[in-house]
Amino acid sequence: MADSSKLTVSASPHFHCGETTAALMGDVLLALLPAVVMSGVLFGWHSILLIAVSVTACLVFEYVTRLLLKRPNSLADLSAAVTGVLLALNLPSNVPWWLPIIGAFVAIVVVKQFFGGIGQNFVNPALVGRITLMVSFPQYMTANQWAVPTTDAVTSATPLASIANGDLPSITEMFSKTADVDPLSMFLGLRPGSMGETCIAALLLGGLYLCVRKVISPVIPLVFMGTTVGITWIFGQNPYYNLMAGGLVLGAVFMATDYTTCPINLKGKIVYAIGCGVITAVIRLWGGMPEGVSIAIVLMNILVPHIEKLTTPKPFGYVKERKEGNV
Amino acid sequence: MKHNYAKAITKGLVIENPVLRLCLGTCPTLAVTTSVFNGIGMGLAATLVLICSNVVISALRKVIPDKVRIPAYIIIIAGFVTMVQMLVQAFLPAVNDALGIFLPLIVVNCIILGRAEAFASKNPVLLSAADGLGMGLGFTLALTLMGGIRELLGAGTLLGIPLMKEPMLIFIMAPGGFFVFGLLIAAANALAKKMGKQPVTQIGCEGCPNAANCHGCDQKGGDGQ
Repeated sequence: MADSSKLTVSASPHFHCGETTAALMGDVLLALLPAVVMSGVLFGWHSILLIAVSVTACLVFEYVTRLLLKRPNSLADLSAAVTGVLLALNLPSNVPWWLPIIGAFVAIVVVKQFFGGIGQNFVNPALVGRITLMVSFPQYMTANQWAVPTTDAVTSATPLASIANGDLPSITEMFSKTADVDPLSMFLGLRPGSMGETCIAALLLGGLYLCVRKVISPVIPLVFMGTTVGITWIFGQNPYYNLMAGGLVLGAVFMATDYTTCPINLKGKIVYAIGCGVITAVIRLWGGMPEGVSIAIVLMNILVPHIEKLTTPKPFGYVKERKEGNV
Repeated sequence: MKHNYAKAITKGLVIENPVLRLCLGTCPTLAVTTSVFNGIGMGLAATLVLICSNVVISALRKVIPDKVRIPAYIIIIAGFVTMVQMLVQAFLPAVNDALGIFLPLIVVNCIILGRAEAFASKNPVLLSAADGLGMGLGFTLALTLMGGIRELLGAGTLLGIPLMKEPMLIFIMAPGGFFVFGLLIAAANALAKKMGKQPVTQIGCEGCPNAANCHGCDQKGGDGQ
């Protein structure tokens, strides 16, 4: 008798490219490494500690929640670790140590596991964690409380004098370049801000790695950043500083490109990224808050199912169904 | 015919809790539950209106013509709401200040109209009063729970007594209200499941108090038109 296993036809897909969630998430973690290292260099050991707390909290919450909900353990896919790093990088470096734990609870338990775990969350978990903390604890999360990068780390950084002397430029001043921060130090991250958002060089390096490894497509980051910079430029703000200050690069490269919460095809990606860019620019120009990247991304995350529906490609030869009355 | 008064009262607490299981009256629920005190005040005011309106509507159920029943119910409910509002203004001005517009808005609270339509218009007076009491207590319970959680986490106090050092402001804002509401619905569903009732997964014509008069179900049956 013939070997029946060879005759059994299974449902597609029949081949697997070998890519796994863990490998993808590992790539993202690797891409985040420069930003993590730079946050340690710029803001000191405290920031590394906060990142560790955040990652640990995310892993613990992921494990415990899935255990309680009787779902299989998913720590090995590393997605909780990525959420933990992103959450910490979105916080200022001088927050109390327990703040990331609350953020991790919101991100992992509420946003991710309550909606079904990886691939099921309708918005970016880390961003909702950050927004919840921002709304709940303004005393720690508003810009005038943020730590200043240590000047010891980089020698002879004269343009930093204004920052080092405690003369903090507000984020709004940075956008319009009324503050005295020179272009190069902004690129390297020598300005007050969230731990991971300041060092643009490290973020771009990570983004480049992700693009080369084809983990993300460069469409969303480029269109997102371009839209925000373009609109703020039209309305008279300095385009370079709008790109460098705030969380635009961090958000556009690492947060807006989350697989679960961004559209699949190119047209959808462009619509989504333009939406993110427009909302960010509008909040920066006229909003009550100085910065709006996180809120812009979360708002567009919510719209993604509708964008997908409108941008679904039509199959070749597809004819629209006629209404019966017209026949 | 023997009526089960105990069941009419207790079913409102969990199994048919108006807020958490029937999802009625969510607007006052989300709006006023920033503290325990507001929750209790709103709950008791609505309970009083609910009992009174249930009794009167049940007593008049054979007199009110079917076609104009909704306006008739609304007038009865509005009468009681006006009375409660005047009483609260006179004797409990603090509650009146805290609840603001939501006190007169009890008139349009879905729970009260919903119970009038679904229960009081079909059942005898005493049973309707028991139903009103049970539903009102369920409403008060849900509001007190929500107010307690939101006040404790959002303001760090409970009934005005400071308990927590660094509150999470989000809980006394609108998003925190929705957040607590969702979690309490989940908890109530889990509890009701334990008590032998399946969670409400789909809102269909079966649960609709208007099903007998609306012909939506017939159309869905597919008789062509």
